[in-house]
Amino acid sequence: MTIEVKNLVKTFGSFKALDGVDLKVDSGELVALLGPSGSGKTTLLRIIAGLDWPDGGDVLINGEDALAQGARERHVGFVFQHYALFRHMSVFENVAFGLRVQPRAVRKDEATIRARVKELLDLVQLDWLSDRYPSQLSGGQRQRIALARALAIEPRILLLDEPFGALDAKVRKELRRWLRSLHHEINVTSIFVTHDQEEALEVANRVVVMDKGRIEQIGSPDDVYETPASAFVHGFIGESVELPVQVEGGVVRLGDRPLALAAGGAAPGASKLFVRRHDMLVGPPGSGAFEGAVQHVRNFGPVQRAEIALSGGKTIEIDAPRDKELRVGDTIGLQPRRYRIFAG
Amino acid sequence: MGLTLSWLSVIILIPLAGLFLKSLELSPEQFWNILTSRRTLNALRVSFGLAFAAACVNLVMGSVIVWALVRYRFPGRRLFDAIVDVPFALPTAVAGVALTALFAEKGWLGAPLAALGVKVAFTPVGIFVAMIFIGIPFVVRTVQPVLQDLDPEIEEAAGSLGASRWQTITRVILPSLAPALLTGLALAFARAVGEYGSVIFIAGNLPNVSEIAPLLIVIRLSEFRYADATAIAVVMLVVSFVIIFAVNRLQRWAQSRIPAR
Repeated sequence: MTIEVKNLVKTFGSFKALDGVDLKVDSGELVALLGPSGSGKTTLLRIIAGLDWPDGGDVLINGEDALAQGARERHVGFVFQHYALFRHMSVFENVAFGLRVQPRAVRKDEATIRARVKELLDLVQLDWLSDRYPSQLSGGQRQRIALARALAIEPRILLLDEPFGALDAKVRKELRRWLRSLHHEINVTSIFVTHDQEEALEVANRVVVMDKGRIEQIGSPDDVYETPASAFVHGFIGESVELPVQVEGGVVRLGDRPLALAAGGAAPGASKLFVRRHDMLVGPPGSGAFEGAVQHVRNFGPVQRAEIALSGGKTIEIDAPRDKELRVGDTIGLQPRRYRIFAG
Repeated sequence: MGLTLSWLSVIILIPLAGLFLKSLELSPEQFWNILTSRRTLNALRVSFGLAFAAACVNLVMGSVIVWALVRYRFPGRRLFDAIVDVPFALPTAVAGVALTALFAEKGWLGAPLAALGVKVAFTPVGIFVAMIFIGIPFVVRTVQPVLQDLDPEIEEAAGSLGASRWQTITRVILPSLAPALLTGLALAFARAVGEYGSVIFIAGNLPNVSEIAPLLIVIRLSEFRYADATAIAVVMLVVSFVIIFAVNRLQRWAQSRIPAR
């Protein structure tokens, strides 16, 4: 099943939640909508599900106009951030709900429903909880039940709204891997919303980065990390050093100091220079494009994070290998291994 | 602990025990004869029957009011929310006088109703109206917090799973509210059974027709037939106790299934 969104617009009062969004999702893909809060990602997901209506634009599911149908007819599995389980029903009845409310003409008999629910509970590895009530489950278990419930109706597409947002860090990591392997198993076209870049990069085949109601970049996890298409994407994904620079006649200046960096194809004018923190190589003074004094050093897992006061007056944070000796007060040279310059 | 028990005993248990002891002055036959006399039976029937009918009306209308107050934002919502408490706060005699004036044959509502041939004041219908009036806040105030706590997302979830609006209401919303609805029903019923002040003004108080049990107790007391009065009182007490016990069980059942999140 494919999903296609064309020029979608949605405003809440004077706030533009979606500002002309185009997106195409191929059959069997697992796509992440990634962006800060207020970027419109949840609104986009809800419109595809039929829980919200756009002010303009089209939504096609498998080539059919989805906006002509309500949520009930769209046959879309939706998983909510806060699970939205029916608390007066057992786990079993929650999963069975979608099968029990089918029109009488197509409704399965009780034995078939039972078998199907059992199969889904096995799929999410929680068949031993079938008689419990949602309030007796942990957050991770509730979300897996919510997923089983959404899958019960054999949805054409599966939409997940911050599915792991309410869970603690360890459970999140487990569920991420689990979701990826589950998707591999059932292979239903899926979109999930997240504000957690690590989650998006680890789980999705393709990442859609959104900001202020617009799509900034669509690409594989490698693409959006290695070749960000805009200053926003570079700043949002991965940790970056960001410096305001001037580009004039192929020369990059920080303040009034020319930097020994090629401007590449960057347009002249005020620009932003982005370097990944770990791409700043530390050398002796005078060895690189920048020079600065070490102000603060902390060990941070496999790296040490140092605060450097550049001679231009800006203070930046870099990640250096642990074996590199950095002492507070030292003057060091810094050379970016890789960098990008964006206008603006 | 000690304070709680002694306070409860002084305030509640000792008076109740006194009531039972007083009724023991009657022989079982006398007790039975008082209860099965036509006037007593009719008074009990009027009290319990109309109270139950009023509680049912309150259950339906209370639910509608709660739905509007919780799910919609409209001008004056806070004012309406406050108005719900008026029957709680108003002295019952004041309510009785106001309702009587309103529904009397010359009253604002009484006159047009009389033209239609419907007589409210000084009939059992009047009792019914008064009981609805005093019972409505019980349903609203018990159901309101539970509905507020009910995530609107569960309705969206039901919809996306293919449930119609009707199925969503009957299979998801009402069952989630059921314990609170039953509790509200029982409280409104218990209140209406015991209501005296607002009812006696509008009731007309015709023996066997529009005479409520609490009034009969007062009449017996004024006739110095204390034992008769306590016999009727004991019956009301036992029934009320059963209702409160049922409410408690309902609440416990609700809490065991749906603990606070």
